[in-house]
Amino acid sequence: MEPVWFVLVAIMLVAYVVLDGFDLGAGTLLLLIARTEEERLMVIRTVGPVWDGNEVWLIAGGGTLYFAFPLLYASSFSGFYLPLNIVLWLLVLRGIGIEFRMHIENHVWQSLFDGFFAISSTLLAIFFGAALGNVLRGVPLGIDHFFFEPLWTNFRTSGQTGILDWYTCGAAALVLVALVVHGALYVALKTEGTLNQASRKLARRLQPLLIILTALGVPVTATVRPLTMHNFREHPLAYVIPLAVAVSLAAMWIFERQAMEKAAFLSSCSYIVAMLAGVAVALYPSLLPSSEDPARDLTIYNTASGEYALRVGLIWWVLGMVLAFGYFVFVYRMFRGKVQVEAGHEYR
Amino acid sequence: MNDALFLHRIHFAFTITFHYLFPQLTMGLAPLIVALKTLAIRTGNEAYNESARFWTKIFGINFALGVVTGIPMEFQFGTNWAQFSRLTGGVIGQPLAMEGTFSFFLESAFLGLFVYGEKRLGKWGHWWAGFLVFLGSWMSGFFIIVTDAWMQHPVAYTRLPNGGFSVASFWGLLANRWALIQYAHNMSGAVITGAFVMAGVGAFYLLQQKFVNHARIFLRVGVIAGIAASVWQVFPSGDLHGKYMARNQPVTTAAMEGLFTSQTGAPIVIIGQPDEEHQRIDNPIIANKVLSFLIYGTTTAEVQGLNAFPRDQWPTNIPLLYFSYHVMVGLGTIFVAVMAMAAFLLWRRKLYASSWMLWIILLCVPFPYIANTAGWLTAEVGRQPWLVYGLLRTNQGYSTNVIAGNSMFTLLGYMGLYLVLGILFLFLIQREIGHGPVLAAGGDINSGAPITAS
Repeated sequence: MEPVWFVLVAIMLVAYVVLDGFDLGAGTLLLLIARTEEERLMVIRTVGPVWDGNEVWLIAGGGTLYFAFPLLYASSFSGFYLPLNIVLWLLVLRGIGIEFRMHIENHVWQSLFDGFFAISSTLLAIFFGAALGNVLRGVPLGIDHFFFEPLWTNFRTSGQTGILDWYTCGAAALVLVALVVHGALYVALKTEGTLNQASRKLARRLQPLLIILTALGVPVTATVRPLTMHNFREHPLAYVIPLAVAVSLAAMWIFERQAMEKAAFLSSCSYIVAMLAGVAVALYPSLLPSSEDPARDLTIYNTASGEYALRVGLIWWVLGMVLAFGYFVFVYRMFRGKVQVEAGHEYR
Repeated sequence: MNDALFLHRIHFAFTITFHYLFPQLTMGLAPLIVALKTLAIRTGNEAYNESARFWTKIFGINFALGVVTGIPMEFQFGTNWAQFSRLTGGVIGQPLAMEGTFSFFLESAFLGLFVYGEKRLGKWGHWWAGFLVFLGSWMSGFFIIVTDAWMQHPVAYTRLPNGGFSVASFWGLLANRWALIQYAHNMSGAVITGAFVMAGVGAFYLLQQKFVNHARIFLRVGVIAGIAASVWQVFPSGDLHGKYMARNQPVTTAAMEGLFTSQTGAPIVIIGQPDEEHQRIDNPIIANKVLSFLIYGTTTAEVQGLNAFPRDQWPTNIPLLYFSYHVMVGLGTIFVAVMAMAAFLLWRRKLYASSWMLWIILLCVPFPYIANTAGWLTAEVGRQPWLVYGLLRTNQGYSTNVIAGNSMFTLLGYMGLYLVLGILFLFLIQREIGHGPVLAAGGDINSGAPITAS
């Protein structure tokens, strides 16, 4: 039962990154390309009706983690106490930045809320990247299965590590670039005119950087924690994942240059899915590795709930996901097409 | 009390108390908005649709704040109460994960459609979208109550070899009797908040002779829902809850009532301050034998006082528990009286002209918030010194790896952030009430505006 729940939790978290990833990327675009009032409004409209549903994947994923792997939830959430709380504050600011803007027509207030949305989105991408780096690098787990990391220590990847070190900062940079490209391709897909052009141009300009950072990621990760390569060596079939990453990057490059907006965005989605699948394979069966001693790893086996809980959970989880999938298809169909700049009712 | 434990407790108490200011209104307003939509379809009167749109905007602002302040709650079990999470995730992780899976996806999807899909969905499609938002918010409430009820009255669990708890019966957990009673009591509490807010805004407009038609609708719907919910709050739900608590947490009941010594024909204290040191109530006003009657249905039954229990099982903050309980019950009684008067005037067709009654309704608006908060304080302070009643003590549940300095840092962070949120909230609500219900137009999803704006 435990491997099944490893996959299910992974699916929820991947869904979160793919879906909320473009909301976060779109937020960063406010800083990079959306200059005029109208452009900022358009960017926000591309995510307006969907961001909340996208964020639910994180909440539902967190709840599922709590129920399926309670010790992992307890250890990682308390050990990552500081960055997690900062992430929560940023999620608060991001949410009200989007929602409250439309209730006030004064442009000073709107600039404030745009600032909330843009800066918190950017910092969220950075923190999520650092979190990913921490999980891959491992954390200083004690024999009681707990640990605590301050925000930074000496920026090295061994001993008492901090949330930020040279490796996790690199992971943060990779995730930020990946999500900005993802968001730019999404905004291009949903808009027309100058904003569409600017988004596409930004995506094109960042693609080489994304490819370089992705290519660097593998050898660096293998150096920082060599065990991440273990599953790939044992099961050569897993090399299909780096292949999928490469194909996705190539497809993104080609489709974007052929102005196939939808295909380019979907390639970005598949890039994110493949990257996170690679992370999942690198970790399995660990959920949170120890940076000191693999025997202390938190694995799916030493953190899982009782057998009955996992079995009964599977029934309602499948039912709930079928329903959720249905809602998402319905909402995205209702919201299909380009957003229009004049079709709003938000000004009274 | 050790510093870190104290700070973790304040941390949770502060964030949950602030959070619940918003869901109690959204859960309370949701059925009223569905009622307005139903009336619009049945009567064909456009004023009902305009009213529904206006309340949807108020709902939306509250919903957004409920969402953003709710996410920290989902994660705070792990951040600040790691030992508790490690041990209990196998049980209460279940309803918490179900809340995300069944309620949040539903609400987030259909709120957007409800706000923006009015033209595209048609009148019945739009009604269904509203109904599903209502259903989602009330399911969400149920899963949270199941979680809390298990902590109050643990059922349907087994112990694992590592000391943890794991669910032994899925339906047993969901059908925990404590949960069903608490749910019945809590949801009508939310409806009381929704009803007073709706009626209060109606009274505010009528006193200014603004938006008169809509104001009358707000008052009528608010007062009818308010009298039904206020009566239900006291009887049967409050009565059942009190009786069930007296049998399952008798020491909590004793502390709530300020009953220091066991006695037959126990009195109920209406006014008076509990003096723990001398074990008495100062300047008491009491009603003899009423407590025995309320709990056991006979004036001669014995009710156990605090002296019947060892000190280490007493709730740790008896004055706070006692006053939370008394404030809740006192306000609940006042709500019945106010709503009964208003309903009587409505029936006699005098409500809209009785400015004194409109003033009373308007001034009552803050009190359901206080009563709901006091009710939850009663439940949770009354649960102390336990996290899981009788099984896991509060001082065994916090994150021992998170030092007081870190907890203080984030507590101050939440306080500052929530202060900003609170100010923005009041500012936005004031603007919406100033705009009133007339200009509210049906939304169009193609505009791509965020889900709560319109």
